[in-house]
Amino acid sequence: MRAAIEFVGDFFYLLLDTLRAIMPALSNGRGRVLAWRNIWMQMNRIGVESIPIVCLVMFCIGAILAMQIAPELARFGIVPVTADVVALATFREMGPLVSAVVMTGFGGAAIAAEIGTMVVGEEIEAMEAMAIDPIRFLVVPRVLAGMVMMVCLTVLGDLAAMFGGLVASALLLHLGALQYVHHALAILKVGDFLTGLVKAGVFGVLITAIACFLGLKVRGGAEGVGLNTSKTVVFTIVALIVVDLIFTSVFFYLGV
Amino acid sequence: MSEPLIQLQGICKSFGDTRIYHDLNLDIFPGETLVIMGGSGSGKSTLLRVLMGQLKIDAGNVLIRGRTLDEMNRGELDSWRKSVGVLFQSGALFNSMTLRENLALPVREHTDLDDETIDLMVQIYLQLVGLREHIDKLPAELSGGMKKRGGLARALMMQPRILFYDEPTAGLDPVSTAQIDELIMNLKNKMGATSVVVTHDMQSAFKLADRLALLFDGKFAAVGSVEEFRTTTNPLVRQFVDGRLEGPFVNPSDQCSYKAQLLGRKINEVPHGQKTT
Repeated sequence: MRAAIEFVGDFFYLLLDTLRAIMPALSNGRGRVLAWRNIWMQMNRIGVESIPIVCLVMFCIGAILAMQIAPELARFGIVPVTADVVALATFREMGPLVSAVVMTGFGGAAIAAEIGTMVVGEEIEAMEAMAIDPIRFLVVPRVLAGMVMMVCLTVLGDLAAMFGGLVASALLLHLGALQYVHHALAILKVGDFLTGLVKAGVFGVLITAIACFLGLKVRGGAEGVGLNTSKTVVFTIVALIVVDLIFTSVFFYLGV
Repeated sequence: MSEPLIQLQGICKSFGDTRIYHDLNLDIFPGETLVIMGGSGSGKSTLLRVLMGQLKIDAGNVLIRGRTLDEMNRGELDSWRKSVGVLFQSGALFNSMTLRENLALPVREHTDLDDETIDLMVQIYLQLVGLREHIDKLPAELSGGMKKRGGLARALMMQPRILFYDEPTAGLDPVSTAQIDELIMNLKNKMGATSVVVTHDMQSAFKLADRLALLFDGKFAAVGSVEEFRTTTNPLVRQFVDGRLEGPFVNPSDQCSYKAQLLGRKINEVPHGQKTT
């Protein structure tokens, strides 16, 4: 229990240090160019490579949702409402969450393994000895890139899911594409879209910060790297669901 | 003698139950080359981390030009670190970057020099360590000795006046060892750098050192000039210098009773283990 509290405490310290390092990393003269270049590189690595997978997975999720829900709705004779359900479920919940899980597997594990290997190879120590702050140099660009790319991925994922729902509806439920789009657009409010994106941004920070944290905590050679990489995936998914619950409760309470 | 540059005063440090330092004292003077020797696991490399302020000590003080590391703020600690070049045991090059990028990094981070100037510096320092033709290679494509030389070149990029070497010649062939020794000598003679060399290579130690210090059981058992080390009758130093088996010097792993451990296991654990098979 004590260990768990210490662990979470340490993690929050890392988040605080990261927050503190963001402004200096982006604002002081020479370092700024490097920091932006570094963020750009990380965005490519963490985000761009996840795009096809997120789109594929979300396309399937959209189609699955449509097929699961349609028979129930058909009993009440309201098959077109399928589009409403797919739209709400996707934008508010499935889009951010599923994209985040994909990014955890792609980006999170890669970050933890990379930083863990750097720890083992004395690279982090060397960095400190050169007066280069590893938080500023390694963690900040990854966390910022994670946040931005998670939002982008979610938008793409949302669209892919809607398309998946549309294909399933058209082929299996004989629901017209226009009718589907019309229903979806009518039900969706800006709030649905935005709550999803806020969640996505927080998820992005969570994924990359946990990965950096566990990467930096690696001890004892290659085995330690493997252990903390798999820990990263498990802990991140648990953290995502818990944070999602908190967010949903708050949004529920606020009526957003 | 001039004022010491670095002073270690009563340093104590333990990792769990393992005591690494117990009342460690040493002065390091500007311009000298101090070689720290000691058995494997005696805390030689750890000492460099203490000097860089990367490892918290349990008690005692590390003074840099009269100021303790503890009272330094972030900026002061950074400028201390910038003034020191550290060669790590493995070279500690960043594996994701080419040699060129590795060398350029500290200068890019800490100065406003333009890219062309930095690139020129990179080439000069790589030439110095004989790696210029490998400038665009990744560390994974280099041999162990090359990595060390690359690490040395990177440590020199900020033109430090103080250099720490962690086992600079361990695991190298005699020719590479001589090359590295030559480089260290040159740096000392041409730049007047203060060097702290951690090694257990006696030949290099005697070649490089102005003074030697032998770390044993958490303390410096002997500190003195090369001549003093060669002629001393101190049994510990003699054993270490001559590389003899018998004497007061034992490996930390040999200290606990091997026989008792083996016997203890035989009585308590073997029958238990057999049951499960």
